[in-house]
Amino acid sequence: MARTTSPPDPKVLDATPARGYSSDAAGLGRLRAGAFVAPALALIAVFLVFPALWVIYLGLMNYRLTGIAAAEPQFVGLDNYLKALTDPGFWNSTVLTFQFVLGSAVIGQVVLGFTLAWLMRNRRGALKSVVEGVVILAWILPSAVVAFLWVALLDRDSGTLNAMLGIPGFAWLLDHPMLSIILFNTWRGTAFSMMLYGAALGNVPPSHLESARLAGASGWQQLRDVVFPHIRGHILTNLLLISLWTFNDFGPFLLTAGGPENKTEILAVYVYKTALQSGDLGYGAAISTIILLINLVVAIFYLRLLRRRR
Amino acid sequence: MTRFVAGRIGFYTLVALLLAFFTIPLLWLASAPFTSNPTYEVRLPDFTWENFQIILEHPYALGSLVNSLILAIGTAVLVVVMSALAAYALSRVRLPGRDALLYALLLLSSIITGTAAMVPLFQLAIELGLIDSHTGLILIMTGGLLPAAIFMIKDFMDTTPKSYEESARVFGASPLQIVRHVVVPVVRPGLATIAVWTIANVWGNFLMPYLLLSDVEKQPAAVIMYTLYTEGGQANLKVLSTFGLLYSVPVVLMYLFVSKKYGFRFHGGIKR
Amino acid sequence: MVRKRSIGVVAVLTASALGLAACGQSSGDGGEGGAIELTITQNAIAGGKNAAAADHIANWVIPKFQEAQKAKGKNVTVKFIPSGVDDEQYKTKLSLDLKSGKGADVIDIDGIWAGEFAEAGYIKPLAEVAGPEADSWEGWQQIPEAVQGLATFNGKKYALPIGTDGRVLYFNKTLFEKAGLPADWQPTSWQEILDAGAKLKSSGVPVPIQINAGTAMGEATTMQGVLPLLAGAGGEVQQDDKWTGASQPLKDTLGLYQKVYGGGLGDPRLQQEAKGRDKSFQQFAEGKVGILLEGDYFWRGVVNPKTGVAPMADRDQVVGYAKIPAIEPGKGIRGQDFVSMSGGALRTLNPSSKHPKEAFELMAFTLSPEALKEETKDGNVRITPRSDVNKEILAGEPLLTFISEQVLPLTAYRPPVAVYPQVSVALQEATAAVAGGTAADQAAAEYQKKLEGIVGGANNVAS
Repeated sequence: MARTTSPPDPKVLDATPARGYSSDAAGLGRLRAGAFVAPALALIAVFLVFPALWVIYLGLMNYRLTGIAAAEPQFVGLDNYLKALTDPGFWNSTVLTFQFVLGSAVIGQVVLGFTLAWLMRNRRGALKSVVEGVVILAWILPSAVVAFLWVALLDRDSGTLNAMLGIPGFAWLLDHPMLSIILFNTWRGTAFSMMLYGAALGNVPPSHLESARLAGASGWQQLRDVVFPHIRGHILTNLLLISLWTFNDFGPFLLTAGGPENKTEILAVYVYKTALQSGDLGYGAAISTIILLINLVVAIFYLRLLRRRR
Repeated sequence: MTRFVAGRIGFYTLVALLLAFFTIPLLWLASAPFTSNPTYEVRLPDFTWENFQIILEHPYALGSLVNSLILAIGTAVLVVVMSALAAYALSRVRLPGRDALLYALLLLSSIITGTAAMVPLFQLAIELGLIDSHTGLILIMTGGLLPAAIFMIKDFMDTTPKSYEESARVFGASPLQIVRHVVVPVVRPGLATIAVWTIANVWGNFLMPYLLLSDVEKQPAAVIMYTLYTEGGQANLKVLSTFGLLYSVPVVLMYLFVSKKYGFRFHGGIKR
Repeated sequence: MVRKRSIGVVAVLTASALGLAACGQSSGDGGEGGAIELTITQNAIAGGKNAAAADHIANWVIPKFQEAQKAKGKNVTVKFIPSGVDDEQYKTKLSLDLKSGKGADVIDIDGIWAGEFAEAGYIKPLAEVAGPEADSWEGWQQIPEAVQGLATFNGKKYALPIGTDGRVLYFNKTLFEKAGLPADWQPTSWQEILDAGAKLKSSGVPVPIQINAGTAMGEATTMQGVLPLLAGAGGEVQQDDKWTGASQPLKDTLGLYQKVYGGGLGDPRLQQEAKGRDKSFQQFAEGKVGILLEGDYFWRGVVNPKTGVAPMADRDQVVGYAKIPAIEPGKGIRGQDFVSMSGGALRTLNPSSKHPKEAFELMAFTLSPEALKEETKDGNVRITPRSDVNKEILAGEPLLTFISEQVLPLTAYRPPVAVYPQVSVALQEATAAVAGGTAADQAAAEYQKKLEGIVGGANNVAS
């Protein structure tokens, strides 16, 4: 797997003002660096790499949770993949997932998270605490609770939103299911981007901003010329992680159960239905592997994108 | 001047809208637990404590919160310590294939958190004798979260100036001491973010704890939350809303603690 | 009072133990002196899902059973392992446990899982695990043939049935009166249901008929919708090892959905909502639904004035019930006039149990008349597998008596095979399509196509 990743230009991540210092400042040396990395790598090897490879292997079997195929699973090669590629349900889910990721992760969380971090960057006191507090509350509340909150918000008969807008009976989850889950996931995940950008903005030397302001740069120009170059690495990380997580996010299931008529059956929900509800573990594993490959493509796309802009 | 006023008005309108967007969905959680017969409608509660009484008498509710705390804190500590050490080394020493490895691990981590991985993880836990133990669950969850954590912290490590480390080295500090006393204070907000992120992830995790722990006394609150339904799968909103509130409080408190103690802002410290 | 009952229990147990003891010493380190630990698991948990069942095991079964074993000189401790989650998640966990040789000694499963668990080797015939006494258990004589069928796979008994249920048409007598329909309504054809729906509609009832449709309701759509109707049209989902494709009965079934949801007799949107089933219950309790097809759970757990999730204080006066008619008299499966579908849970032994004989004793004990009577008292009445017990406990329960005496003889069961859940989803999708406006024949054809993909090709499908 590692070989298929085109090794990203290390300069992209190291595009920091700190370049020029000798990089191994603490005098670690390779050996001690290895010792620092070893515990994490060991844990990852056992509890992540090994089971993940196992999943990829399961994707080549007709393995099921129960029945004869559970007792004697057969090697079926790429059958599961062929099945996925010829299943309109899978393609439907893939398209929906892209809409979901683009809408809720890239546009929703990243933009809203940055906006919030930017608005609050120089603030102190109650307003900042309250705004950041509720945004983070939305993020840390457990999904099981959040699902109820949003059902209560969007319910067509007694939902809060309809009551506030004076449109009783408007069926958000039935008539605008994708919009609903995009708003839902934006609400849910913005805090992470907000915190990450908040920390990243704190990293921009105030003196640089000050001189830009004195030179008469507008807010937008400050953003583009001073802030953006400083936080490019964070934007990349943020996009990568948020997209990856959103691709695998199962949260909307609790709100819509994939419906109506599979209109919100994103890939994570598709896998859940396949693996857990239908017990078709081999096929579910194959779909998981396909999601991984899609994520790989997306990651490479981001890396290229941010490198070109530099 | 008018531009300034317009800017203020724009700012406060935007903030008000954002506040509304984030606050309105929370209203139900503020009202339903205090209502005698809650529905999905947000109503002014009649301020009953009866629902809390039910939860207090529930045989597993409070114990499950303790279990959630153990799992969340245990995982957070492991993730933060391991990812900080690994990220520092990876940031300062160029190991061959470092970036490709990180990306590969990050991608693999998405498979592990999905439903399809339950069989391998379960059988792995059995083989290693980690079934029905908090430790096993903590290790498995740590493994899944570590790549993303390393990825995030490495960004912070990359952007910190190295001059302090050099000075510390001149004064004879060991690498571990340098990490503890020089690097960690600088990247503290990053570590705090990772800690809260880990806690939030673990706190909401239902499937793995359910599958790997069979003793109900060890189950975290996320699992108990799912049991508050009837035989036919109907939600018991009375207890669900109330337990939902109680279930949320510790995460919020942990967030407040971490953010107060370790701060999410970068200003201050040696950076200024 | 308590003491008297416990003496009775001890007597019963001692008697059954004597019978068992004749079959020789049990395996493992049981017997004199050595402590035997047993575990029993159900998808039930105190303070949550199926709390009454969990409490019964923890507070009555376990102490009584331990006491009775002690009286026999055996030191047995029993531990209850509660669960209380979605059935699919419970099933997943059981499968993983059993596959790895773990899990409780005594395990409750849904009847529909028996076949796939047996095929996977997760469970074995009782006689093979616990010895011949499993087949000679006294309770079998009390359990009707059809209910025994739930626990039987390839002619062998894999479990003890712990109950069964049946589906009927519920209706709101108050609404019926307003619409000029009789309080003792019993339709004899689908047309009469539709006619009643039309009358209810013109008398202003918002939702005249609720027959579950769509994927959001999950198995409730299949079990309380497609399958009883299919049976009424003379079809079964699987017949003689062939799956039924776009057959006439299926087309008729989907045709009825079309008439209900396309003809304004039902609320198609409600079928799409994630919480649609909960809402349909709520609406029935509020007097907005005329006719609703449900199992006896609806009566016991939904509109139950005391413990229901949508309680109706006047349930006994307002809620009527009727058998589900065939499409026309005599056109149902086996030429019946009326039909129903049933499910039921099973209690089985873990093949890896270290003490299978004691585990079987425990299992048999939970299904002794005393235990069942204890379990079903105080408003927890359900249909037990035992006719002798049902005779007593159902006496004051008109609906359960009705189901037990009039519906169960007509009923049918789902095929207990591993692909059934996927077939069920395909059926749900077909109803969703029809409720959304697709023609019945087209939806049936699409179902057949999906079915062929699920069950391994057209060879396994008959149309």
